Amino acid sequence: MERKTKIDAEEGKQDLLITREFDLPLELLFKAYEDPEVVSQVMGTKVVKFESKKHGSYQYETTDEKGNVLFKANGAIHEFSPNKKITRTFEMENTPFGVQLEVYEFEKLTDSTSKLTMHVIYESPALRDQVLKLPFAQGINMAHNRIQDIMSKLK
Amino acid sequence: MLLRRDVFQAIAEPTRRAILLLVASQAMTAGAIAANFDTARPTVSKHLQILTECELLEQKQSGREIYYQINAKGMKEVSDFIEPFRNMWDDRFNKLEAIMKTYKPKK
Repeated sequence: MERKTKIDAEEGKQDLLITREFDLPLELLFKAYEDPEVVSQVMGTKVVKFESKKHGSYQYETTDEKGNVLFKANGAIHEFSPNKKITRTFEMENTPFGVQLEVYEFEKLTDSTSKLTMHVIYESPALRDQVLKLPFAQGINMAHNRIQDIMSKLK
Repeated sequence: MLLRRDVFQAIAEPTRRAILLLVASQAMTAGAIAANFDTARPTVSKHLQILTECELLEQKQSGREIYYQINAKGMKEVSDFIEPFRNMWDDRFNKLEAIMKTYKPKK
């Protein structure tokens, strides 16, 4: 059985909806958003600060082996209701993408399945589209790098 | 061995891009496609296999010949810029699901 992730992004809007059904009980799904170790593994980054509560905040940081910062993000938590809802902001530092508002809603489907709905609101429709294109641009870059790798081996 | 490649790897290779361009106008047999390249025939076959696996090309049987043609659905996936974003989230959620299935609460 395949549980696919769905993205709804209407043209010209500044928000999007990400939905996903999990083969996990609701409590276990929520736990993944509560335990900084799991967050660190899923996001592939170091979790520097993680306060799972109202008025709390969090910070992520990824460095290479030389200690250079590759990725830095942070946000503030506005609501943290276990097994129900998280409202928070998210900001990638030193990027032009601004601050996004994220509303996570957790739902029980059956005793062993659950659903996550993420509503993400960006500062403008143009910024939303830029963020949407990010992985696409990276994919292309990876492709270019691969071509370069192949070409340099031919020399 | 990893057989399933992603479409971005598939289109990263110049010969494969050239094959897609060639076949875009008309369905062609492997032999007719290979005739357009200096590359060895088995290499072209390998490219065709990869493009078919990634669902960018599809095979169509016509009598004794197998023709390759563009798979419109697969090509749309490449042009649909939201797809990589969706894949990124899908990967993250798959990882989350896998981690939580073996999750042991501390103390």
